[in-house]
Amino acid sequence: MTQNAVHIDNLTVYYGKTPALTNVCLDVEDGEYLGIIGPNGGGKSSLLKAILGLVPADSGVVEVYGQKAGKNKPAIGYVPQFALMDRHFPISMLEVVLTGLMKPGFSPLFRFTQKDNNRAHELLERVGIGALAKRQISELSGGEFQKMLIARALAVSPRLLLLDEPTASVDAVSRVSIYQLLEELSRDMTIVLVTHDLLAISSQVKRLACLNGKLIYHGKPELTESIVNTLYGCPVDLIAHGVPHRVLREHEEEESQ
Amino acid sequence: MIDALLHYRFLQNALFACILASIVCGIIGVIIVEKKLVMMSGGIAHTSYGGVGLGYLMGFTPIIGAFIFSVCAALGIGYIKRKGGNRSDLIIALFWSLGMALGILFIAMMPGYPPDMGSYLFGSILSVTKSDLSLMICLTVIVTLVVFIFYQNWKAYLFDDEFASIIGMKTAVMEYALLVLTAMTVVVLIKVVGIILVLALLAAPAAAAAALTSNLKNRIIYSIIFGTVFCFAGLWISYELNIASGAAIVTLSVACCMILYTAKAICEKIKKRMITAGKLS
Repeated sequence: MTQNAVHIDNLTVYYGKTPALTNVCLDVEDGEYLGIIGPNGGGKSSLLKAILGLVPADSGVVEVYGQKAGKNKPAIGYVPQFALMDRHFPISMLEVVLTGLMKPGFSPLFRFTQKDNNRAHELLERVGIGALAKRQISELSGGEFQKMLIARALAVSPRLLLLDEPTASVDAVSRVSIYQLLEELSRDMTIVLVTHDLLAISSQVKRLACLNGKLIYHGKPELTESIVNTLYGCPVDLIAHGVPHRVLREHEEEESQ
Repeated sequence: MIDALLHYRFLQNALFACILASIVCGIIGVIIVEKKLVMMSGGIAHTSYGGVGLGYLMGFTPIIGAFIFSVCAALGIGYIKRKGGNRSDLIIALFWSLGMALGILFIAMMPGYPPDMGSYLFGSILSVTKSDLSLMICLTVIVTLVVFIFYQNWKAYLFDDEFASIIGMKTAVMEYALLVLTAMTVVVLIKVVGIILVLALLAAPAAAAAALTSNLKNRIIYSIIFGTVFCFAGLWISYELNIASGAAIVTLSVACCMILYTAKAICEKIKKRMITAGKLS
């Protein structure tokens, strides 16, 4: 029997008086590559934060590898939405990745070792931006910044990687290379990916969850018209790709060409 | 002035106070500018006025009252902000005016003639006493050590507190600690530039340093140097022209800061023009 990476049972999260998530039950198996889609305000980011233990559950259970959320922090790598970050902070790319190698709690007079430095360089090479290690983050493009955040998340050697909109406001070339990277990473770790990007849904993820306050669908990454209708209230976005329920197959053909 | 400096104890004290003030300003100023807590520190500073008033009323050293009030304000603002969400501007405004109001009330309740509050509001660096100096030294040493010893923790926390908390750092403790350090800094600065002018000395050296370097450690060092230069020059101007020292220091700092930013903007414009001209030819 495979162990569950994430076990969520009847989770309800409120922001003030507004419910962000109601009665969500979701199990993510170890090694799964799960995509989460849903409209803005549908609780996607809240779900990730509940898994991280950053927002408290008002009711229900969130467990990561059998432990209560927030207890086994180093097992989770997190890539936040980079639009929300301070991109003018005086720090270099290498230093950002190094923060991922810091120990929990307080580290008085902490100095990074040569080993830490090598590891950070290695991770930056891994995500394809090793040459820019010394660069200040204010000089990075969106794609480079996002890759740096992935490198930082990998620095904690996670078993579970959570990504919040990793390809939002990223150029097309970086987007492809980020997905390629995630594809490779998914062989070694469990990945949960929140996205608006339907390309990712159709060609990348192995499982799909649709979230709009409640969990509407969880299963194979094939969207039917009825799911999309419940999810967005109207058949948006997918229409542009052609017939909704054939989105997956079409993209698979493109991939094999 | 050099001659006078060798002879007069009060001028030596003033210079020493300048150096201490510049060190804490440089360190905490850069941090609060990056963390966007400048207005928060303004709130903490103004709340301390209540403590000054209480000191006069109860008969203890007003600067101790300022210290207690500003630390309480820091913890209070931090606590309400954590519990009450993101309306921190509102809480800051309430603490800010409540502190000032309490100060006025306490002074009014004092029997006899009211004391001169100007030295706490606008600073009076020439009247720094030996006991003031020892308090300032203590606070400066604490602030410097706490930031220096946990420098890497601070850097990770300042850049992304959410991530810092995910990898297991105690970000709540750090947030409170930062506010308390800010309160201590404010107390060090009160004698130099006064409650009302504290903000300028926190923000101006850090802003000037930000124009020159984008490395956090260098920014702190530059900021300390800028602070020292501003304070010394301001003190000298106030001595020569016989004007208020706090006002001279703040006016000079803000003016230098503006000149620096204007110069930087002009330089960048020229550079850009040269690049485009180079491309065209």
